[in-house]
Amino acid sequence: MLTIENLHVRLEEEDKVILRGVNLEVPAGQVHAIMGPNGSGKSTLSYVLSGRDGYEVTEGTATLEGADLLGMEPEERAAAGLFLAFQYPVEIPGVGNLTFLRTALNAQRKARGEDELNAAEFLKVVRAEAKALNIDAEMLKRPVNVGFSGGEKKRNEILQMAVLQPRMCILDETDSGLDVDAMKLVADGVNALRSPDRAFLVITHYQRLLDHIVPDVVHIMADGRIVQSGGPELAIEVETNGYADILRSVGERVA
Amino acid sequence: MAVPALKLDAARALLAAWPEPAGEAHWARAARAQAERWLRECGAPARRDEYWKFTDPASLIVEPAGEAALLAADEVPVFQTRDTHRLVFVDGVFSPEASTPLEIAGVEIAPLREVLGVDIHWAREVFGQLEAAGQVPVQRPLAALNTARAVEGCVIRVTGAASRPIHFVYRRKAAGADAMVRHVIRLEPGADLTLLESAAGAARLNTVMEVEIGDGAAFHHVRTQGRDHQRRAVTGLFARLGRESRLKSFTLTVNGRLTRNEAFVELRGDDASAHVAGACVGDGDFHHDDTVFVTHAGQGCESRQVFKKVLRGGAVGVFQGKILVKPGAQQTDGYQISQSLLLDEASQFLAKPELEIYADDVKCSHGSTSGAVDETSLFYLTSRGIPKQTAEELLILAFLDEAIAEIEDEGLADELRERLAAWLARRR
Repeated sequence: MLTIENLHVRLEEEDKVILRGVNLEVPAGQVHAIMGPNGSGKSTLSYVLSGRDGYEVTEGTATLEGADLLGMEPEERAAAGLFLAFQYPVEIPGVGNLTFLRTALNAQRKARGEDELNAAEFLKVVRAEAKALNIDAEMLKRPVNVGFSGGEKKRNEILQMAVLQPRMCILDETDSGLDVDAMKLVADGVNALRSPDRAFLVITHYQRLLDHIVPDVVHIMADGRIVQSGGPELAIEVETNGYADILRSVGERVA
Repeated sequence: MAVPALKLDAARALLAAWPEPAGEAHWARAARAQAERWLRECGAPARRDEYWKFTDPASLIVEPAGEAALLAADEVPVFQTRDTHRLVFVDGVFSPEASTPLEIAGVEIAPLREVLGVDIHWAREVFGQLEAAGQVPVQRPLAALNTARAVEGCVIRVTGAASRPIHFVYRRKAAGADAMVRHVIRLEPGADLTLLESAAGAARLNTVMEVEIGDGAAFHHVRTQGRDHQRRAVTGLFARLGRESRLKSFTLTVNGRLTRNEAFVELRGDDASAHVAGACVGDGDFHHDDTVFVTHAGQGCESRQVFKKVLRGGAVGVFQGKILVKPGAQQTDGYQISQSLLLDEASQFLAKPELEIYADDVKCSHGSTSGAVDETSLFYLTSRGIPKQTAEELLILAFLDEAIAEIEDEGLADELRERLAAWLARRR
């Protein structure tokens, strides 16, 4: 599904290198987790894949089912099936949540040559998904993320994912700012979307989210590279011993 | 300080360009004479005047008016969602044939011409009087010209809740028409009126509306200024509010070479509320000026000024807004916000917010910002598959929405939102 080869990225404005040769392969049907200390480049990876301005790819490739992601605009990546659940979902006063979602869904459908959904069809889809995520009608009517609590914002991200039905989902620290109940709700939403033709890349600091969204593979990222990969037990090792032991064992500098 | 001869000459030329109205009642003649005297004394507006330094008045006073190409008649008339009482003006001249008959429950309407020829007690308390009160401390020479010379317009008295909105439709016919329109409105205590205005009206249009809002009455004003590219307009809204009365005025401006919308609002009675709002979108040769003066005289009054401008291609937006709180106007709640979205480096927003407060128990705030489309929001929207162009348009409409939301009637507000979306789509 997602193939990243030797990806090098630097910040455009600061001339600072963030990613130093990332290699990653996430096959369809699998959930991969990326863990790593602050500043290791996890969020940068998610932004570069989704097409945010301000990053320069100096080397390497990233493809989604063979299509070159890095050459596409953000909206083209979305239409191709990529989705990023933001660590900090953006508040957009004046744009209704429903208007936003419907515009997004129909734009993607149009880009893929599918028929657009009318208002009634769309509402039916949204209501069903919203109910599962415990999102009430009032929240759907409000402007995008405005006045939402941290948990509501994250649930809203998962709602968008459920409605847009992407093939490759990247979750950037979706657990940050969530209490246990909210985390469970979010994890249930994600688990409901797991399917053989969809893949997930879950970026997180902590192992606790991975209790709920059990990954097939866990990668440890440090200093702009993936330094170790393994099964779910790797996440538990991090939780128990911290990153220091792992980084030492792979010969990374420990800050 | 002596008034420059150029200003005085220009004032004389303006007065000479319009025929002196004849056959009017004594009180009307007196009001006109007072305005004419004022205009002759203070002169025509000039760039050096304090309140004209951001807007060059030359093209508003030069004779003859510059031509403005007539927009192809493909424009669907606005305010179609409501059953309205339509009063049509063609190049500033009232057209009874094109209008709905002047009969509407709870409302008396008559052409200005007729009223000024007879003795109508209430009209003499309003015509020229609210405008004159608005000449201090800021001179409004073009409104004085309107009082001195305008013969077209309507005089409206509302005694109850008007059964439907009154809609002034300003059509155009001649490319070079120079027009002046004057409306005089009085809402008796407890009355309620929605007044709509639409279309460009003339190559150059000077309108003044005086509105006396009685105790407990409510006046809703929604205006769109037609999208003819080369038109020019100067408008004056002079409102005086009684106890517990309400004013809501909203103006949408798209295109137009020069628009100056002045509002002078006096909250005279206690616990009254006045909201004046505007949204404009301009591209290229576009200059839009909102000059608003809100006076709090009564106690416990609330006022809001909300102005949003989207500018590109060298368009210029101006906001001059003032809140004056008079001595004794305690528990005043005044708010003012003016913001611009500059879509390119060539466009400009000039703002002059002012507060002048002579009471000690008041709440007044103002804010003014200009900026570009927010990149983070744009990325968020595009990352969900919304094309950049559409995402930008969504954000532009969202930016304008705080002003549009000042319209109480949701149907009218939605209609204007659609208009704006269409305008943006046409300009891709």
